[in-house]
Parts: sequence; C-alpha cells; structure tokens
Amino acid sequence: MSIGPALVSILRQGSYLIASIHTALDDSQMIRFQEDLIEQIGQHRSRGVIIDVAALDVLDSFGSRTLRNIAEMARLRGALTVIVGIQPEVAFAMVELGMGTGSVFTALDLEEGLAYLSSRVSSSSALST
Amino acid sequence: MDENSTVDVDASYVEAGGTPQAPEGFPDALAGDRQDVDQLLPQLVAHLGEHRTKLRQEWASRIQDARLLQAMTPQEMAAETTSVYDNYVEVLETGSVEALQHYARDLSERIIPRGVETHEVVGIVLLLRDVLARSLFEKYQQDFALLNRVLDAYEPAANRIANTVAVSFVDERERVIRQQQDAIRELSTPVLPVRERLLILPIIGVLDSERARQLTEQLLAAIRIHRAKVVVIDITGAPDVDEAVANHLVRTVDASRLMGASAIITGLSPEIARTLVTIGVDLSKMNTIGDLQGGLEEAERLLGYTVTRQNDSAE
Repeated sequence: MSIGPALVSILRQGSYLIASIHTALDDSQMIRFQEDLIEQIGQHRSRGVIIDVAALDVLDSFGSRTLRNIAEMARLRGALTVIVGIQPEVAFAMVELGMGTGSVFTALDLEEGLAYLSSRVSSSSALST
Repeated sequence: MDENSTVDVDASYVEAGGTPQAPEGFPDALAGDRQDVDQLLPQLVAHLGEHRTKLRQEWASRIQDARLLQAMTPQEMAAETTSVYDNYVEVLETGSVEALQHYARDLSERIIPRGVETHEVVGIVLLLRDVLARSLFEKYQQDFALLNRVLDAYEPAANRIANTVAVSFVDERERVIRQQQDAIRELSTPVLPVRERLLILPIIGVLDSERARQLTEQLLAAIRIHRAKVVVIDITGAPDVDEAVANHLVRTVDASRLMGASAIITGLSPEIARTLVTIGVDLSKMNTIGDLQGGLEEAERLLGYTVTRQNDSAE
C-alpha cells in the first residue's frame, strides 16, 4: 500500500474491506486511494466495501465523484460498497451543490454499514433494528 | 451672517463670557463679534442648565398635550423626562452622542415591551427640541444676528440627537424582533423521536427559506444523535409550499439519505400536490404517503416493527 497510514487505512474484516479516510485528500491522493482499494478487493476476494468518511468535514465534487467511481468499480469486481459517516454539514453541502453519491448506499456509521452489508451480501433479509 | 466681516475680537472677553458659569456675561455688547460654535454651545448649555426645571416642565406638559407616552405613569414620565433632558444637554455640552446612545438603548429596552411606538419616541425628542429652541428665541430675541448664530450651533447638534435617539430605538426594536423570530423558529421545528431510530418532523406554519434551512440542520443533527433510520416529515400543518421550499424538501430528503436515513413525506394536501405537479418539482425520489398515520405504519414496516393489539378478540 503506497499511501501512508496517516491519510487512509484499509482494513480487512472477514469478507469485507473497511477503508477509513482520516483527513482531507487532494486529487492525486484520492486517485491513489481508489487504485489501492480496487486492487485489494481482488487480493482479498472481498464481497463488501465500507468507506468511512466520518473524519471529513468537507467533501468536494472530485471526492464525491471518485467515491461513486470506486463503488461502481467495486461492483464490477464483485463487491458492494457502502459509504458511512457523512457528517450533517457535509451532507447538506453536498446536496446544496448538487453532488450526491448516486446509487451508492449510505449509512450513518460503521455499525450500520456492516449491518447493511451483512443483510445484502449474505442475502439474508433480516433487518437489524 | 456677518460674523466674518468684523475681525475685531475681544478674545479674553469672549472666553470669559463663553464659560458655563457666566451665561449672563453674554449681553448685546458682543453682538456682531465672531463667535464660533465652540463658544456658543457652552452658553447654550449654561442657559439650558439654568432653566432646567421650567423647561423640563414645559416639555412634559407638551408631551401630555400631544397625548404621547400614555403607557407611562406620571412619576415615570417625570423621571424619564429629567434623564432625557439631562442627556440632551450633556450631548450639547460634550458633542459626544455615545452616552445618549447608551441611554436611549436602555430606555428603549424598558419601554418597548410596554407598547411604546416609534412615533412617540421621535415625537417627544422633537418636542424637546422645539421647547428648547423656543426658549432660545426668547432669550436672544433682541439680537437677530446672534440668534441666528446660536441656532446654527444648536440645530445640527439637536438634529443629531433626534437622529441618535430614533436610530437607537429602532435598532433596539429590531433586536427584540429578531430575538423573537429566533425563539419562534426554535419552537416551531421540533424533531421528535417516536420509536428507537424513528423520528417525526412535523412542519407547522409557513416555511420560508431561512426556516427551511434551519429545519434541515436540526433534522440532520437529530438523525445523528438518535441514529435514526427513518424520518417522517409531516407537512399537514404547512399551508403552502412554493417551488423553493419544495426543492429544499427534496434536498433535505437527499441529505438524510446521505446520513443513512430514509425519509417519508406525509400530509400533502390536495392543493400542495397540485402545486407541486404544476410547477414540476421532481418528487420521483421522494417517498410520500397520504397521512401521518400511514407514514408511521410504513416507517414501522421499514424498521421491522409489527404492532399488534394485545387483546385479539377486541378486533
């Protein structure tokens, strides 16, 4: 992994990958993050990816587009992506500026994201409450 | 104006006559001599200080004749008119309106809750201005040129005072109004948790863009605090929805989804439904249900709750 642990961490948890973004990334760092993540999906034969953006207080249009791209690429490589931890201000700014996450599922936090993945990936219909 | 034509000035005499302690040292002998505002104002102040009681009483009686400030008792009137008078004279003396500004704001704070109107406050200040001007007319009536110069000194200061008081009053009133608006807004947008992970946001009253923004902020914060998965936004109490507000609702729903909560909109009246379709707001992504009851049932279904009555035979 070419990105230092200070910026991003990608952890394996069973058949899922949990990627946490710790600080605002510039465009090239974002691209590297994308490459690393897509690479590791194949390495670990992951079925689900959780991208945690809770530490970000700003998400620009490039960032949100890259997240959408990652989700699409991950889907092509057989993994379902959830974005978790979008802060209220970030969520509002994103819709104000017309940038959504497209069809990518979003959840409140890591726990919710894991619950969603386990309900979808193992195709069990149990809904955790 | 002929004060610049005669250059012959008995400077020492002017100085002595100009001090507040010796207002009587300003007889006709000095008429025509050059006197600037700095020298005339102290004389004015001395004059106004000397006749303070009489002028204040005259002013108070004119206020009564004009039927202003009837919300105040005579005692209060006496106290307030005295302070206003003293402040007024002080401004003439020092030329600084800061103290007056402070006093006017303080006074406004006390009298606004009692329903005193702007026209009354401006009215009493203008009355005082007139009373004092009359007294100056009386004092200097023998010498028209001197009277002119006295008024030249008096009028700008008096106008500034009237201005200051009016502005302070209006400022204070606006501050009160803003405060009340904030309070109403806070009260009018409650976000209520009804079940674990289920919030209700009843919208009551007119939605303007400022309130809509605040509502969104509160909702998003509440989603985070309560870890909500479903939010029911009930707009039964909103009389009207225009395009801007409808678009804002759409954005609120989008933002909630980004936070992992799905939103259900309930209580769209026939008029609102017609308006939204007519103005062409894209509501295809919105989950709408007729009434709040239906919305709650749908939310419970989404969360996996089933509500059953305990006594089945009662059904």
